[in-house]
Amino acid sequence: MEPSIVIQLKGVEKTLGGQPVLRGVDLGIPKGDITTIIGPSGEGKSVLLKHMIGLMRPDRGQVLVDGQNITNIPDQALNEIRKKFAMLFQSAALFDSMNVFENVAFPLREKRLVSESDIHRYVPEMLERVGLKEMGHKFPAELSGGMKKRVGLARALVMGPEIILFDEPTTGLDPLMAHAIHDLILTMHKTFGFTAIMVSHEIPKIFPISDWVAMLKNGKVLAMERSAEFQRLSDPLVQEFISVPGSMAAS
Amino acid sequence: MNVIQNLGARVIAQIEEMGAMLLFLLRSFGWLFRPPFRLYQITKQMHFVGYKSTFVVILTALFTGMVLALQGYYSLRKFGSEGLLGSAVALSMIRELGPVLAALMVTARAGSAMTAEIGIMRITEQIDALETMAINSLQYLITPKMVASLICVPLLVALFDVVGIGGGYVVGVKLLGVSGGSYWSSIESAVEWKDVYGGMLKSLSFGLIISWVCCYKGYYTKMSSEGLGKATTESVVLASVLILVWDYFLTSVLL
Repeated sequence: MEPSIVIQLKGVEKTLGGQPVLRGVDLGIPKGDITTIIGPSGEGKSVLLKHMIGLMRPDRGQVLVDGQNITNIPDQALNEIRKKFAMLFQSAALFDSMNVFENVAFPLREKRLVSESDIHRYVPEMLERVGLKEMGHKFPAELSGGMKKRVGLARALVMGPEIILFDEPTTGLDPLMAHAIHDLILTMHKTFGFTAIMVSHEIPKIFPISDWVAMLKNGKVLAMERSAEFQRLSDPLVQEFISVPGSMAAS
Repeated sequence: MNVIQNLGARVIAQIEEMGAMLLFLLRSFGWLFRPPFRLYQITKQMHFVGYKSTFVVILTALFTGMVLALQGYYSLRKFGSEGLLGSAVALSMIRELGPVLAALMVTARAGSAMTAEIGIMRITEQIDALETMAINSLQYLITPKMVASLICVPLLVALFDVVGIGGGYVVGVKLLGVSGGSYWSSIESAVEWKDVYGGMLKSLSFGLIISWVCCYKGYYTKMSSEGLGKATTESVVLASVLILVWDYFLTSVLL
C-alpha cells in the first residue's frame, strides 16, 4: 500500500548568496515514518528542511503540508501550519537565558494550553523520558552537547507535534552518545507516532532506524527508497556516498 | 563600465537595505497591536534599558553639568553676567546636551547589548526556534525593546537634565560663589515650555533610533562571530551618527 504523503515538495528551487542550492527538488514525505535525507555537505539538506517548515521560502516551486500550499501564505496562516511541527536544531537552539525546565515549558506557557500546575507535572515527566531527570534547574551553558540535544528533543515533543524535523541530531557527539540519541529518537517515534524527517551524515547508522532514505545531490533528489532497498541501489553516486563511511569503519 | 556597475550595485544595495529597515520598523510596531500583548517582556526590557542605565546616566549628567558650570562661569564672568549661569546650564542641558548625551550613553550601554543579544540568538538558531514554535520573533524579541526604549529614553533624559542642573549648582554656587537665588531664578525666567517639549521630542526620536538600528543590525547579523562583532560595531556607530545628524535637523526645525 502506498503511504500517504504529509509534506510534498514540487520543483523547489533556492539560490542563496548568488549560488543555486536547490535546483528543482521533488520529494514526498510519507506520514508516520522516519525519513532520512542524506547527501554531501553543502548540498542544501538543512536548507531543504527549513523550506518544509517555512523558515525559508522557495524562489520557485511549491511546498505543500497536508495538501495545503505554504509557499506564499501570510505569517499568521503559516503559524497555524507550524503548530503541527517541531524542530530539533543542529545546535539544539536552547534559549540560553532560561534553564532546562523553562526551555521545555516555554512552548506550553506561550500557547497557554495547559495550567501551570500541569506544566509542573508534565515537564519533569518529559525530561525523565529523555533521560534528564532532576536536571531542570541547569542552564544550557552547563550541559554537554548530548544533553542539549535531549533537552531540544523534550522541547520538541512537549507540544505533541505531528511532524518533527531533525537537523543533524548527532553532529558533534561522540559515537556512543550519537547511538543513544538515535535510540531515543526511535523510542520516541514508537511512543508518539510522529512523522520524522531527519538530515544526517551518520552512514550507516541511519539505515536501521529509518523507514525511508532520500539522497540529495547537485540540488536535486537523486533517489528515495525504503531504507533496505536504498542500500541495494546500483546508482554509482549512491554507492560511492554510502560505502565510503562503511569502508572507513571496516578499516 | 565596471566602476559604474559597482557603483550602481552599491546604490541599489543601500536602497534595498533602507527599505528593509523601514519594513522591519513597520512590522515590529504592527505586532504591538496584535495579541498576545507582551507586557512581561516590555517590563523586562524597561528594567534593562531604563533602570540599569540610570547609574551611567547620573554619572555622565553630573560631570556634564559640572563642567558646563565651570566653562559657563569663566565665559560669563568676562561680561559680568555670572548670575545667568543657571539659565546657561539649564538651557544647554534641556535643549541639547541632555537628549544627545543620554541617548549616546544608552546606545553604548543598552543598544550594543541589544544587537549582541539578538545577534547571538540569530547565530545559534534561537530565532528560528521561536518561529518553528509559531511564535513571531519580531513580536517576542523586537517590539518589547522598541516600546521600552520609547518609554525609557525620555525618562532617562529627564533624569539627565535634573542631575546636570544639580551638578551645575554644586560647581557654580557651592564652589565658585554664584548666588544660589540667581542660579535658580535665572533658570525659572529663561526656560520655557517649548524648550522642555523640544528636548522631550528629541529624546523620543532618539529612543526610536537606538532600538530600531540596534535591533535591526542584530536581527540580520551574518552567521558568524565576525559578523556579530561587525554588526555590534555598526549598530553603535550608525545609531550614534544618526542621533547627531537627526539632532541637527530637529533643532533646525524646532528653533
